[in-house]
Amino acid sequence: MEFFQYLGANTRSSFTKLGRGSYFLVHLIAGISSVLVRPRLLLKQLHSVGVLSFLIISISGLFVGMVLGLQGFYILSRFGAEETLGVMVAASLVRELGPVVTALLFAGRAGSALTAEIGLMKATEQLSGMEMMAIDPIKRIISPRFLAGVLSMPLLAALFSCIGIIGGQLVGTGLLGVDDGAYWSQMQANLDFQGDIINGVIKSIVFGFVTSWIALFEGYDSIPTAEGVSRATTRTVVNSAFSILGLDFILTALMFGDN
Amino acid sequence: MDNHVPTQDSLVTVHNLTFSRGDKKIFDDISLEFERGKITAIMGPSGTGKTTLLKLIAAQLFPNHGNIMVNGRNIHHLKHDDLYTLRKRMGMLFQSGALLTDMSVFDNVAYPLREHTHLPESMIRTLVLMKLEAVGLRGARDLMPNELSGGMSRRVALARAVALDPMMILYDEPFTGQDPISMGALVHLIKSLNITLGLTSIIVSHDVHETAAIADYIYVLSEGRVIGQGTPKEILDSQSSWVQQFMNGAADGPVHFHYPAKNYMDDLLHFEKPPSSRQRLSNNRAIKRKRYS
Repeated sequence: MEFFQYLGANTRSSFTKLGRGSYFLVHLIAGISSVLVRPRLLLKQLHSVGVLSFLIISISGLFVGMVLGLQGFYILSRFGAEETLGVMVAASLVRELGPVVTALLFAGRAGSALTAEIGLMKATEQLSGMEMMAIDPIKRIISPRFLAGVLSMPLLAALFSCIGIIGGQLVGTGLLGVDDGAYWSQMQANLDFQGDIINGVIKSIVFGFVTSWIALFEGYDSIPTAEGVSRATTRTVVNSAFSILGLDFILTALMFGDN
Repeated sequence: MDNHVPTQDSLVTVHNLTFSRGDKKIFDDISLEFERGKITAIMGPSGTGKTTLLKLIAAQLFPNHGNIMVNGRNIHHLKHDDLYTLRKRMGMLFQSGALLTDMSVFDNVAYPLREHTHLPESMIRTLVLMKLEAVGLRGARDLMPNELSGGMSRRVALARAVALDPMMILYDEPFTGQDPISMGALVHLIKSLNITLGLTSIIVSHDVHETAAIADYIYVLSEGRVIGQGTPKEILDSQSSWVQQFMNGAADGPVHFHYPAKNYMDDLLHFEKPPSSRQRLSNNRAIKRKRYS
């Protein structure tokens, strides 16, 4: 009986939280117009959310591309198709790994930082202080970070994919002897701009939207104590990861289901 | 004691306010008035909800029953834009200072001016330096908030609160953490701000003597009710055992020093398992549900 009570309470609180989160989302989207007239706020956040994620994304992209090059070569060479390594590496990165791994890394690096920052601002009454100065914290603090997250994600995913493709080339053509011309020309011939690249960009925008929303809402909704902020930060990473992977399946089914 | 309320020209009027957090009633049908141009103090033991009252007056919290009129308008019925317009004329000094940690002292004080006015930077600089000079921290303008002591942070916050020359200021424990020199200067400053700018001040404080020295009217709150009110002299001369206990800092009296608990000996002798984390979680959820419902 207690279990059902617990289950009921959990379900109810999850729906309540979803409601609060949606309300928060409406407000932060409404606040975006005021960010556009203050581009400085956005630039500052683009730096901390996007530019500072550059290193982790580049290094991860390089290694993921190199591993794809190795794995791809061993499988493709069994069928004598190692010339198509470039297609395999690029398609995997642009369609799936670029957006997904970038979003997971983004949630871990920038998402957790956003939650902790907003949570601490709440705990130290900075958000209340702004409200009392008649300055809407959603417009000045939340919306610029949200917009920076949504704009950064596709750029970071593109960077991840590009560096991954170079990593694949380093291993494939540099170490394993795949023909350099074949690596690039096969890629050029078989990758579709609309079907592969645009769909990958759409995915990364969706992931950027969801991850930034979760991170900012968890910070804003956190209990303003050390433990509360720490739990909120953990929830950001866990919930973002689930959302990214779940949405990836849905988006992939919608985009590539007919092929 | 009944909540007798003076009927002069009031800037803020609290009518039959009831407010609860979870199952705990913080205010039980209280009524207060804050006169225009005067310093009104709210005093009372810790945990009486003095800060909560300030947040209710500023519409950062919503009452369960009753209403609060600020400048003739029910502040909890105002639309977002109207509320923010009204807040431009209200300053609030938070207990923690609530300075923005990514800005210097100068930028913190300049922030409301930059957001709400179109003044040239040279004029903003002059205004900020004047406000900082008033709180004695002009020389600390380039420091970051993490380089300030608690008392200094509150003084910067005070400079920021008066930056837009508001009609009223809500002070939450302004004297806490101040050394005797700063304390004296601050008491004088609050009084002189009130007179020169014609402000209405509401001060929440534990510091009986400092507050009594500058307040025009005092409310003493305890256990969700007004247990005493009057001019400082009336309060100090009050025969009420509640008021006397608070003003004289006596441990024994109608106000309990101890948080409600069962018998001390029983508690020591009988081991009782603390509530499980699941129980605590469901209690917290119940409280949160109430808060958002």
